[in-house]
Amino acid sequence: MRHTMISAAALGLTLAAGAALADVTPAVEARQGQFKLYAFNLGPLVQMAQGNIDYDADAAGVAAANLAALVSVDQARLWPEGSDNATIEGTRALPAIWDDLEDFASKFSDLQQAVAGLEGSAGTDLDGLRATLGPVGAACSACHEANRAPE
Amino acid sequence: MAVVTSRTALGLGVVALIGAAAFIGLTRADPLPRDTQEALAALQPDPEAGEAIFWATGCASCHAAPGARGEDRLVLAGGRRFETEFGSFAAPNISTDPDRGIGGWDLAAFASATMQGVAPDGRHYYPAFPYPSYRLAELQDIVDLKAFMDTLPASDRANDPHDLRFPYSIRRGVGLWKRMALEDGWAVTGDLTEAEARGRYLAEALAHCAECHTPRDRFGRLDRDRWLAGAPNPSGDGRIPGITPATLTWSQSEVAGYLSSGFTPDFDTAGGTMAAVVASLGQLPREDLDAIAAYLARVPPVE
Repeated sequence: MRHTMISAAALGLTLAAGAALADVTPAVEARQGQFKLYAFNLGPLVQMAQGNIDYDADAAGVAAANLAALVSVDQARLWPEGSDNATIEGTRALPAIWDDLEDFASKFSDLQQAVAGLEGSAGTDLDGLRATLGPVGAACSACHEANRAPE
Repeated sequence: MAVVTSRTALGLGVVALIGAAAFIGLTRADPLPRDTQEALAALQPDPEAGEAIFWATGCASCHAAPGARGEDRLVLAGGRRFETEFGSFAAPNISTDPDRGIGGWDLAAFASATMQGVAPDGRHYYPAFPYPSYRLAELQDIVDLKAFMDTLPASDRANDPHDLRFPYSIRRGVGLWKRMALEDGWAVTGDLTEAEARGRYLAEALAHCAECHTPRDRFGRLDRDRWLAGAPNPSGDGRIPGITPATLTWSQSEVAGYLSSGFTPDFDTAGGTMAAVVASLGQLPREDLDAIAAYLARVPPVE
């Protein structure tokens, strides 16, 4: 019995060490690529909303639909333990994410809801785009405020 | 021998007394000058104009409850904590609650707090509260700001104490710091256009950009030779970026667009403490944000 317990403890330690050593680089690169795709599709929408380029209903609709598809990607494998900025280089993801994963998930769900609103209105007219883009930016910032370190 | 000892003790006692008297004198909190009080009383409060001042000064960024969004940012219940090298500061309740907030304050108390950093009971406020910037504000704006804040909801949340390291825990010491650190003039001088001057007023007096974006010396004084050149994050990891023309390469319209929406020119969004700043500044009219951008272009470039 005693032996079994010690073995279990040893096994647990091995698993923990194994998990810590697992390479998180692909996950970090994938999630950073995901955010680049968000930004790439937000680009024309922000430009139109700010009046820097002419409003184009088709282009706005496509960009919003792309965003909706992007935020539906399951996040589970993109945020492994040990991929925070206290543990590794090359990320600004704060340990706060893993301290409160429920809050992180809730902020992500806020983003999905805001993008759903954008998808419904971005291709209708400029006022619709402007009214629904603000909440998307606010959802981005809400998570960056709590979970992303300054550069 | 005994005589020498008692003389020495007497001497030390005198020195200690002089030292204590000097400390008390140098650290005393000055009340609001009488002419300022009279000038305040002569001004007509305009709460609608005060709302713009409220968003420019960013009160909600620190005094709204942690994580508050939208309308909840108008409930200035306090409670947010700032972990700094001096210890942990707790933002107080500045809602209209008469007991736990500042609902019972008159205009002189409000002006004394925001412009002199002196509480109604005569104690100094720590400069985590940006009165070193607000003291450059127009009295009319202070009057309007109070009139607007008087319309906001009350919260009965009780204040948390600060938790500071010695010697910063000695509040009287702030009086000494004020004598060394407070500035009366603008940091950016020279011939400014009307828009640039408006931007300077917004940035230096109200929005207090320098409190985080300018590095400090070992006494915690802002380094005016490196104005807005970037600084260590005062409450966390990383650096607050430089925003002089040497490092901020965005166009003026991109700067104003960012302050309005939070979107950077490459369509990232504001994060960290800047997210709350944008949530406040974004409420200002576009011409004010353009003015801030015009001002930033006139800040001496420092890498």
